[in-house]
Amino acid sequence: MSVTVYVPNDSSAVSLGADRVAIAIMAEAKKRGIEIDLIRNGSRGLYWLEPLVEVATSAGRTAYAPVQVSDVVGLFDANFIEGGHHALCLGLTEELDYFKKQQRLTFARVGKTDPLSLDDYIQQDGYRGLSNALSLAPADIVKRVTDSGLRGRGGAAFPTGIKWNTVLNTPSAQKYIICNADEGDSGTFSDRMIMEGDPFVLIEGMTIAGLAVGATQGYIYLRVEYPHAHIALNSAIATAYQADYLGDNIQGSGKKFDLEVRLGAGAYVCGEETSLMESLEGKRGLVRFKPPLPAISGLFGQPTVVNNVISLASVPIIMDKGGEYYRDFGLGRSRGTLPMQLAGNIKHPGLVEVAFGMTLRELLYDFGGGSASGRPIRAVQVGGPLGAYLPESQFDTALDYEAFAAIWTVLGHGGVVAFDDTVNMAEMARYSMEFCAIESCGKCTPCRIGSTRGMEVMDEILNGQDLAKNIPLLRDLCNTLLNGSLCALGGMTPYPVLSALNHFPEDFGIHDTANVA
Amino acid sequence: MSMNKPQDFGTPASEASQLVTLEIDGFKVTVPAGTSIMRAAASIGIDIPKLCATDSIEPFGSCRLCVVQIEGGRGMPASCTTPAAEGLKVVTQNQKLADVRRGVMELYISDHPLDCLTCSANGDCELQDMAGAVGLREVRYNPVETHLHAAKDESNPYFSFDPSKCIVCSRCVRACEETQGTFALTIDGRGFDSKVSPGQNQPFMDSECVSCGACVQACPTATLMEKSVIDHGQPEHSIVTTCAYCGVGCSFRAEMKGEQVIRMVPNKDGHANHGHSCVKGRFAFGYATHKDRITKPMIRASIKDAWQEVSWEEAINHAASELKRIQTKYGKDAIGGITSSRCTNEEVFIMQKLIRAGFGNNNVDTCARVCHSPTGYGLKQTFGESSGTQNFDSVMHADVILIIGANPTDGHPVFASQMKKRLRQGAKLIIVDPRQIDLVKSAHIQADYHLKLRPSTNVALINALAHVIVTENLLDDAFVNERCDVASFQKWKTFIAQDIHSPEASEAITGVPAAELRAAALLYATANNAAIYYGLGVTEHSQGSTMVIGIANLAMATGNLGRDGVGVNPLRGQNNVQGSCDMGSFPHEFPGYRHVSDPSTHQLFEHAWKTELSAEPGLRIPNMFDAAMDSSFMGLYCEGEDIAQSDPDIQHVHAALRKMECVIVQDIFLNETAKFAHVFLPGASFLEKNGTFTNAERRISPVRKVMSPLAGYQDWEVTQMLSNAMGYPMNYSHPSEIMAEIASLTPAFAGVSYEKIDELGSVQWPCYDEESTGTPIMHEQAFMRDNGKGLFMLTEFVATTEKVNGKFPLILTTGRILSQYNVGAQTRRTENNVWHAEDRLEIHPHDAEDRGLKTDDWVGIKSRAGETVLRALISERVQPGVVYTTFHFPESGANVITTDNSDWATNCPEYKVTAVQVMKVSQPSEWQNNYQAFSEDQLELLAQSAGND
Ligand SMILES: Cc1cc2nc3c(=O)[nH]c(=O)nc-3n(C[C@H](O)[C@H](O)[C@H](O)COP(=O)(O)O)c2cc1C
Ligand code: SF4
Ligand code: SF4
Ligand code: SF4
Ligand code: SF4
Ligand code: FES
Repeated sequence: MSVTVYVPNDSSAVSLGADRVAIAIMAEAKKRGIEIDLIRNGSRGLYWLEPLVEVATSAGRTAYAPVQVSDVVGLFDANFIEGGHHALCLGLTEELDYFKKQQRLTFARVGKTDPLSLDDYIQQDGYRGLSNALSLAPADIVKRVTDSGLRGRGGAAFPTGIKWNTVLNTPSAQKYIICNADEGDSGTFSDRMIMEGDPFVLIEGMTIAGLAVGATQGYIYLRVEYPHAHIALNSAIATAYQADYLGDNIQGSGKKFDLEVRLGAGAYVCGEETSLMESLEGKRGLVRFKPPLPAISGLFGQPTVVNNVISLASVPIIMDKGGEYYRDFGLGRSRGTLPMQLAGNIKHPGLVEVAFGMTLRELLYDFGGGSASGRPIRAVQVGGPLGAYLPESQFDTALDYEAFAAIWTVLGHGGVVAFDDTVNMAEMARYSMEFCAIESCGKCTPCRIGSTRGMEVMDEILNGQDLAKNIPLLRDLCNTLLNGSLCALGGMTPYPVLSALNHFPEDFGIHDTANVA
Repeated sequence: MSMNKPQDFGTPASEASQLVTLEIDGFKVTVPAGTSIMRAAASIGIDIPKLCATDSIEPFGSCRLCVVQIEGGRGMPASCTTPAAEGLKVVTQNQKLADVRRGVMELYISDHPLDCLTCSANGDCELQDMAGAVGLREVRYNPVETHLHAAKDESNPYFSFDPSKCIVCSRCVRACEETQGTFALTIDGRGFDSKVSPGQNQPFMDSECVSCGACVQACPTATLMEKSVIDHGQPEHSIVTTCAYCGVGCSFRAEMKGEQVIRMVPNKDGHANHGHSCVKGRFAFGYATHKDRITKPMIRASIKDAWQEVSWEEAINHAASELKRIQTKYGKDAIGGITSSRCTNEEVFIMQKLIRAGFGNNNVDTCARVCHSPTGYGLKQTFGESSGTQNFDSVMHADVILIIGANPTDGHPVFASQMKKRLRQGAKLIIVDPRQIDLVKSAHIQADYHLKLRPSTNVALINALAHVIVTENLLDDAFVNERCDVASFQKWKTFIAQDIHSPEASEAITGVPAAELRAAALLYATANNAAIYYGLGVTEHSQGSTMVIGIANLAMATGNLGRDGVGVNPLRGQNNVQGSCDMGSFPHEFPGYRHVSDPSTHQLFEHAWKTELSAEPGLRIPNMFDAAMDSSFMGLYCEGEDIAQSDPDIQHVHAALRKMECVIVQDIFLNETAKFAHVFLPGASFLEKNGTFTNAERRISPVRKVMSPLAGYQDWEVTQMLSNAMGYPMNYSHPSEIMAEIASLTPAFAGVSYEKIDELGSVQWPCYDEESTGTPIMHEQAFMRDNGKGLFMLTEFVATTEKVNGKFPLILTTGRILSQYNVGAQTRRTENNVWHAEDRLEIHPHDAEDRGLKTDDWVGIKSRAGETVLRALISERVQPGVVYTTFHFPESGANVITTDNSDWATNCPEYKVTAVQVMKVSQPSEWQNNYQAFSEDQLELLAQSAGND
């Protein structure tokens, strides 16, 4: 009888030694004449514990973590293959607090299954959503997604159902589904985890999207720095074609959907949907003006759905369990779950999929365990490099699009980067300007020139030069960027800059707060 | 007088028929759906600040100056990219908008040199205007990174590129793409490093740039600026006139400073060019004031004598007395004249009037003889009118474009840009040409079929195309039955269905694979709208007229006539070929293509001109030369035409000219013909006279005097003086009176007047009465033939006698390039030479290999007629067995080798086919040496006259 052992193939786990651990386990097993069925699963998302090795026992999957090659012999000695006791043993994975407190809907299978096994996928409820979708009229699929309350997880939080409906109702011989997998936000990894850990769920989501709006061609625009995801997606796509989950006749329905991975251009701004489409068309990744909306005139001028990986990967469960099921998670206009990604100076970095409504503080402390350095968390940037910095006083804000908007912040793609009290927020503001300058596509004037000037003004501020001129100038520049920019790169750079200035004026050399507003 | 700058609406007009009403700053405005808010505002006089938008190109939305607020909407959308919609309430000015605009301007100016006062754009700079408009008062930044020290690119002779002044608005890039279609410019780099880059970051001259100037015109700053403006400052008034180069007939605003042309700016309201131009029209006007201009009349007794400058009176009297003397001595018919397609309609009209009424014979012919006479003949026979059927804009509705023997990007550049726009929109393209012209494959354009036929096999090819259409039953029977002469059609159908016309049979003649030809025929015949454009590659053949007829047959058989997007379109070479033909330049036709023997026309003209007119057709140009050789044609009045360079078998022409006793040349330069002349009457350039030109789409456009004639008189005045001296009185005081006479005598021009041309900008004939605004598209209801029916004619292929053999194994064909114009008299006297300083012989690598030739080698080219020497250019653009050259330089002697073969119907020379041998040589040919010696002598004789001065 063989034992099933799981060693993640997730690229973060691999970078922490998962491949070597896997080899060591197999070698040791062979030496000991033990038959092991090794599965390279996705990551459970407890990154401070990677490589997290699991063993299937009669009680369930037992976790040993973090495992290094040097631990392997000891694990065998401790008979870990039967769940034996060892210092690294954490007990049943799914009983771990960090995991148990989550509501894993989109990530239901990630870390559990063999990502490249279609059988595994189907056994674990995969392709049930598609099967339902195949029996529905396009408008009914769209309705179910609309009813679920799903909003775009790429950043702008636009209701997915409404976007699909526009594409559905725009007549055209050719429509497209584009999955935005450019995941450029610093400290985010949820898209990557899905693509590496459960690629079929994305393929299924895109196929359903195609059926819903009448698109027969899909593209996954993949961040070029994601080679593992690239391999996993290509392998899963090939498998799906073989099993008629993609191609001309999906599951005998006569419906067609083709899917292809395209590698990104390596620029942050290419994650912006119109720039992404320019890039897909083989041009420079320059932002287009809107209207026309991509839903009406997108890729090659045709109606196009552009959705984030998580948005699309959330569709199968909605189609499987119904819009209401999904909608029951969350609150207000923020429905379902949001996979938050904890990073930065945090004790327990990782993926936390929870229903909307939890507070930021719970996330930081109950999940994150506070800062890694042990010092107080002074500021948190939520929503990627264009998100605002939240001071401690705002940590009780609920994870909810509207609650965040009310304090001039965003949830974005769910990235959370923590900083302890050694951070200089003026330097962070300068960094935001620099980021904007480096990533600017250069099309619009506010961002093209303004980001560089912003850096220069911040340099003067950091030098304590002429604050009476420079602080108002910085505010005016932010106003120009905010209102004048063509896209959110320039348009949202003021979020981190102004939030830093407003909440941490002392770092800018302002001690008289009357001066701040 | 003022600059008359046209209003810039910011974005192009919408063509939608649906209207929407919105409110802008409290004013209601109704515009076509799809109109930008910016344009809607401009249409009611509300100017929203803007920099990256201009109405010749699509909006881009990059400068962000044009932001507005919309009631109930979020943020500040750009008005240039936001379409007007029903019920919108738009605010264009408030404090918030002003703050953003000022913020944007402050950023611009933080990276801009502050030298407005000494800047060449001072007074005509949109950046300056906008800084004023938004009220920028200070720049608070201390910029570290800037572009202020970026190096200038002065490589282009006509404009300079100073990137330190660039605001990266991309207008130049978009103009190059959208307006010109060359895609020579890109924005290189990202973010703050973004910069305009010609080619791969090259100087303009090394990039694909064709120097059309669209980018210069689009640039809102001094970054791209005409060197003439840098040198002379801003112009102060402008006058609308028409380009004197090619048959596109672009409308221009000549921007002037006093009597000096500062720059030529294509006119946005020009119906032929819509604000675009090519390098010739925009930039190559310097010849008008070139030092070689001759401004004093001159005479001499023999061509061996030095020229003698004389007064106008003396020159005219001398010319008249010589002509009269010759008539007395050799007979009334021993003199004649040659009109020019370069001259205005009015000049041509009174020239032929002088000959018919003053000389008393019909010995008038035109250089159109050497280019498009088969067009006149073929289209008159089949359709009933000697002209193309469409306006240029029609191409925007074509789904399939068939180009035969034309090279629009070089020959008709502005129309080519329009055509390329349509091709980029998805129209299909078939090219029939022995050579790979640029359109076969260029930026974003790829011909669907390139039928690379052997030269001189056009008729076999068109017959094969027709054969497929007939035998595959792709005919438009309804059109044929209703609109055409059915008996002629039946005959033609039977004729063309014969197996000898099948693609398989003709493959042996044309060399075009049958399958490819069939596919092309299918594409043409099944298009909703298919349009044919052709050029000299059709006409300059021994079967030129047959081919024109074949083209007409094809269009009729498929119903591709009488509406937008279809038609048969000759691309006329020179600016006024159409007009000079219309004006009665042929020995057998009065103005309006009416035969000189037609009794009612004859009577009409005799009555109007109050003199007896000959009813006998006069001599054609080649006959004039033949007659000179046997001393029956001894006096010639040649205006604006350089027959000693442009006519075939040039040695024969030179001999004939030497034989004549009085050659009168009226020209702006001492051209090749003038070297054989006895009287030289200095002409006026198009900038120095009033009149009209008629372009390839029958559009009559105004030519306006923007400076005084250097020699004192406009050309029509000179002809009038000569006429009076000859004893036939003329007393027009303005060309408008000549046009009034044309209108009164020519039905198709009856409704044409200067008032109407001024009002409408231009008029396309036929224009039958005062109410008519002209005819963009011909034959809409019925053909112009007497019975209204289109006539099919049989087109049997007859091989040319000009055959290759062991001695002359290659076929030479000729063409033109963009930067030079015709015989080059003008363009060679401009900076355009930097693009093309000599004619070269293009030869395929295989043929070059056989002869041991490399690019740059001197090669002798020998035909049955003569021999010349050029340098070689090895190129795969030509097919094996075919060599190619241009004919822009007299010393090239291209016409030394062309033969006297010509079109059977019209004598149009067979320029496109000459059997030649090519071999490596070390020195110019004997002809070239002789020519050089003669030419030097003549220039010396001219210098002596100048010395007398
Ligand atoms: C500068 C910039 C970068 C962006 N990068 C990404 C990205 O990497 N991934 C993503 O899904 N969306 C990104 N977006 C958002 C997309 O433009 C778009 O809103 C999103 O793909 C829509 O999908 P959703 O509705 O499913 O969120 C970016 C936006 C901006 C302005
Ligand atoms: S804001 Fe920046 S990235 Fe966005 S369009 Fe403008 S220049 Fe490009
Ligand atoms: S001159 Fe014409 S071809 Fe050259 S770069 Fe400018 S627009 Fe393009
Ligand atoms: S060269 Fe002129 S048109 Fe081109 S980007 Fe610069 S300022 Fe704009
Ligand atoms: S030469 Fe022809 S295309 Fe060029 S500007 Fe003149 S009329 Fe236009
Ligand atoms: S004019 Fe509208 S953005 Fe520049």
